[in-house]
Amino acid sequence: MRFWRSTVGKKTVMAVSGAIMLLYLVFHMAGNLKVFFGPDEMNGYAHWLRTVGEPVLHHEWFLWIARVALLAAVVGHATAAYQLSRRDVAARPVGYRHRRARTSYATRTMRWGGVIIALFLVWHILDLTTGTVNPNGEAGRPYENIVAAFHTWYGNTIYIVAMLAVGLHIRHGFYGAAQTLGAGGRTRDRLLKATANGLALLLTVGFLSVPVGVMTGIVE
Amino acid sequence: MNLTLRIWRQRDPESPGAMTTYEVADISPDMSFLEMLDTLNEELILRGEEPVAFDHDCREGICGACGVVINGDAHGPERTTTCQLHMRSFEDGDTIDVEPWRAAAFPVVKDLVVDRSAFDRIIGSGGYVTAPTGSAPEAHATPVPKPSADTAFEHAECIGCGACVAACPNGSAMLFTSAKVVHLNSLPQGAPERESRVLDMVDTMDAEGFGGCTVTGMCTTVCPKGIPLSSISTMNREFLRATRRGGRPD
Amino acid sequence: MPDSREHPAYVDYTVGDPISDTRAPDGPIAERWDRRRFEAKLVNPANRRKHTVIVVGTGLAGGAAGATLAEQGYHVLQFCYQDSPRRAHSIAAQGGINAAKNYRNDGDSIHRLFYDTVKGGDFRARESNVHRLAQVSVEIIDQCVAQGVPFAREYGGLLDTRSFGGVQVSRTFYARGQTGQQLLLGAYQALSRQIAAGNVEMRPRTEMLDLIVIDGRARGIVARDLITGRVDTHLADAVVLASGGYGNVFHLSTNAKNSNATAIWRAHRRGAYFANPCFTQIHPTCIPRSGEHQSKLTLMSESLRNDGRIWVPVRAGDERAPADIPEDERDYYLERIYPSFGNLVPRDIASRAAKNVCDEGRGVGPGGQGVYLDFADAIARMGRPAVEARYGNLFDMYARITAEDPYRVPMRIYPAIHYTMGGLWVDYDLQTTIPGLFAIGEANFSDHGANRLGASALMQGLADGYFILPATLADYLAGHPRDEVPADHPAVTDAVFQVTDRLYRLLSNNGDRTPDSFHRELGELLWDECGMARNENGLRKALGRIPELREEFWRRVRVPGDGKELNQSLEKANRISDYLELAELMCLDALHRAESCGGHFREESQTDSGEAARRDEEFGYAAAWEFQGTGAAPVLHREDLTFDYVHPTQRSYA
Repeated sequence: MRFWRSTVGKKTVMAVSGAIMLLYLVFHMAGNLKVFFGPDEMNGYAHWLRTVGEPVLHHEWFLWIARVALLAAVVGHATAAYQLSRRDVAARPVGYRHRRARTSYATRTMRWGGVIIALFLVWHILDLTTGTVNPNGEAGRPYENIVAAFHTWYGNTIYIVAMLAVGLHIRHGFYGAAQTLGAGGRTRDRLLKATANGLALLLTVGFLSVPVGVMTGIVE
Repeated sequence: MNLTLRIWRQRDPESPGAMTTYEVADISPDMSFLEMLDTLNEELILRGEEPVAFDHDCREGICGACGVVINGDAHGPERTTTCQLHMRSFEDGDTIDVEPWRAAAFPVVKDLVVDRSAFDRIIGSGGYVTAPTGSAPEAHATPVPKPSADTAFEHAECIGCGACVAACPNGSAMLFTSAKVVHLNSLPQGAPERESRVLDMVDTMDAEGFGGCTVTGMCTTVCPKGIPLSSISTMNREFLRATRRGGRPD
Repeated sequence: MPDSREHPAYVDYTVGDPISDTRAPDGPIAERWDRRRFEAKLVNPANRRKHTVIVVGTGLAGGAAGATLAEQGYHVLQFCYQDSPRRAHSIAAQGGINAAKNYRNDGDSIHRLFYDTVKGGDFRARESNVHRLAQVSVEIIDQCVAQGVPFAREYGGLLDTRSFGGVQVSRTFYARGQTGQQLLLGAYQALSRQIAAGNVEMRPRTEMLDLIVIDGRARGIVARDLITGRVDTHLADAVVLASGGYGNVFHLSTNAKNSNATAIWRAHRRGAYFANPCFTQIHPTCIPRSGEHQSKLTLMSESLRNDGRIWVPVRAGDERAPADIPEDERDYYLERIYPSFGNLVPRDIASRAAKNVCDEGRGVGPGGQGVYLDFADAIARMGRPAVEARYGNLFDMYARITAEDPYRVPMRIYPAIHYTMGGLWVDYDLQTTIPGLFAIGEANFSDHGANRLGASALMQGLADGYFILPATLADYLAGHPRDEVPADHPAVTDAVFQVTDRLYRLLSNNGDRTPDSFHRELGELLWDECGMARNENGLRKALGRIPELREEFWRRVRVPGDGKELNQSLEKANRISDYLELAELMCLDALHRAESCGGHFREESQTDSGEAARRDEEFGYAAAWEFQGTGAAPVLHREDLTFDYVHPTQRSYA
């Protein structure tokens, strides 16, 4: 189809899927902060997530719908990113001898940052969704699992690196997505950049507060 | 000034190329960059060597023919065309790297000369208003609000030099394409072909092998005519609008 | 038949039969173009595809012609030496385009534009042609607006106009300082549409090197692919030259570096008459050269003279900085000599006055080749922001080129070659003396006489390309049934041989001088002897020197590389070899025309107050030259000019 064939169409897919994931991250991060209110509140919140939409929806249906939507977003985002990246690399087959970095760090790390985030996603699901690699790994007890995860050095390292990558990715991604969706404009660009920076900072700090909380003993 | 130049020399599209070092002496700071290359070329001819091929024509910054990458920057350290860059922007004793535009869609023809005909094909696929000679209504029949006229003009200033593609890490032609789309789509005269124009031009741009836009902003930083980055966003908006309408006008 | 003894000067030419413009209809001048169009034969739309028309050049004239002919259904084969048709030098025109729209209700009319153009051309242009130009001007604006050319507009959404040198009405349409660019892009886009549709076969980076004439008719061209070096023949039913002017014969000019005269000169060698080659225009406000390395000159809009004051020191050899020269030691010479027009005298007068003060040793800047254009008073009067708003982009351009701040130090300006009014002789149909060969835009001589008014070049290029040529070319095609030219016709092989032989001679010469060194030397000679002011001694000196230089060129030029690749030195050398012939004809024309008119100032022919003195009785004609061989005396054919509507008067600006 013409839309998907074009670079602008693929970028639109990336922008929309990115926006869906970003929206999800905002809720995810807010939910994470429940950990600071103790195990009951956190585990209760996790339980409530499975009952959203009842009785219209069956138990856990909302969660599964969300999971399917997110999976579609991830697949769409990654496929478009992969195809576009291949195009972009092919469009500059011979580089310049005189090399100098000119674009911002966030811009330059979009591709590898995306790969890091994708790998983290796998780990994160195995860790805190299925519990496969979690030292505690007890279903229905996310609070305990979180505390266990962030008691390991590797758990912390992986998580912190990934969250920094997420922050950088959002910083350029939000701005880029806005441009792709046609929201850019000379006067609006500063606002968009500020919003991108704000969102990136908010999410990074919000997500990192949990392992920091565990490490400093605020969350026990 | 005395300078060391490292210039990309490549005999033809098939031959491999390499950076070749030349020394030039007694360069006046008042020379333009191209006049400095002229001086080098005259010396090379007298020494029995082949002069360096480079595109140039008007030498006043409007035709868009010239353009080389100087120390990694398209058109060099100033925001202007290569012909309007003067040697006073450099220091005595500097080493200057001179390379051709690099993009799959701009194959090297020889030395610093590249083939930018892909740009012409993008324009040919929709960068016009269909108005056969003789068919025009009286010029004042359709007033154009001044803001639209100003927007159109600002984007119409593009000289098609290709610096945006050369500077973009993805070799993308989005700034070039969007400048023409925004120019014509801002005007009532461009309205009947508003949808087909953007869809066809984007298709051609992709087919020519340019990369996609990742909003690095490098294009607009090197653009000698200051085409704004917002141009790309506006084109994206036009593209989405046209797609929603299935490519048909209202 | 008058012989050359009537003119006291040069005898190294012979006088042939006078020529007349056989195509212009009679009758009231305002009806002639309609009559011509009505009488013209037409080509059946179904048959147009079968006709191939070659167009050389893609500027305003060529781009417009190629697009329009293709829209009408002809098969167009178009050439340009640039990598893209969008880069033709029309793109560099700054000021604007005239049209008799009378949107200002300020008394403008077709007749007034006609009148101003004939008068501005110092009565050396053909009335019928100029009137047609004024008529068509109105349609040009409509056409360009429909194409989406972003002209300047007022807040009400209507087109803005401004006034331009030498006229009292506001009829110049513009797009900031880039009118030429915007008009050219309009034509280029229309052309691109036809290229994409397959109606125009576009050959960029291909340069015409000869004309193929068979049985007295132009039937094609020989062209070199500048990338592969291949020399090919291209055959057609008619050939249109839209290759621009020959200002680059001076080496330093405001033309693009690669603009050249080869196409028209080759056509001239094949039999097309060359008219008024000495009519060249010098623009007074260019940035002076900064040294030997200078490769071209940059023009700054004439509008600067509206607020800037031009002066030089009173004392010759005054080395002080401008700020240190007190008011009473400055000579505001234009205001002194021409109190009523002051700094706003026409281009030719301002240019000559600058040359005179520099010749007196009062010039400023490197080499004493410059005069001050001072905005100090304007800044004091209007304030810097107002000056910035009006001239900011020009000041920036000046600062970038010279590294001087024009807000603090007066700018230095000097005249430079800008436009050539002369060109291939054409009749009312824009057809040269070779049937089937047409010349449009700056390449012909038709509309500007001895001096072109500002904002008229764009008008003429587009008038020729969009409206006039497509109508008159049809008449020619309809009158000449199509027949195939065999590719091995002797005229074809001969033209190819001559081209390849010439290239071979350039490449195998292996001399010790660069092509540029000859170009520089020729340019300096022409500028000194056939530039802003000309006299018999100087012109004779140049006519003696040019053949020597030409001989030296063919003996000593060095062109590296071979012909089977992109070889910019070869392109350059080939063009210079033509300049070395054209320059001689220019000087001869300037010598034979022992009067002053427009851009041609003969020191022997001036009024008591030192102004140009026309001699209508003897020189009221266009001089069309017929080629007889390199270095051989050409034949002069006179086309007498009659003025039934605008009566010649002497210009006065004092």
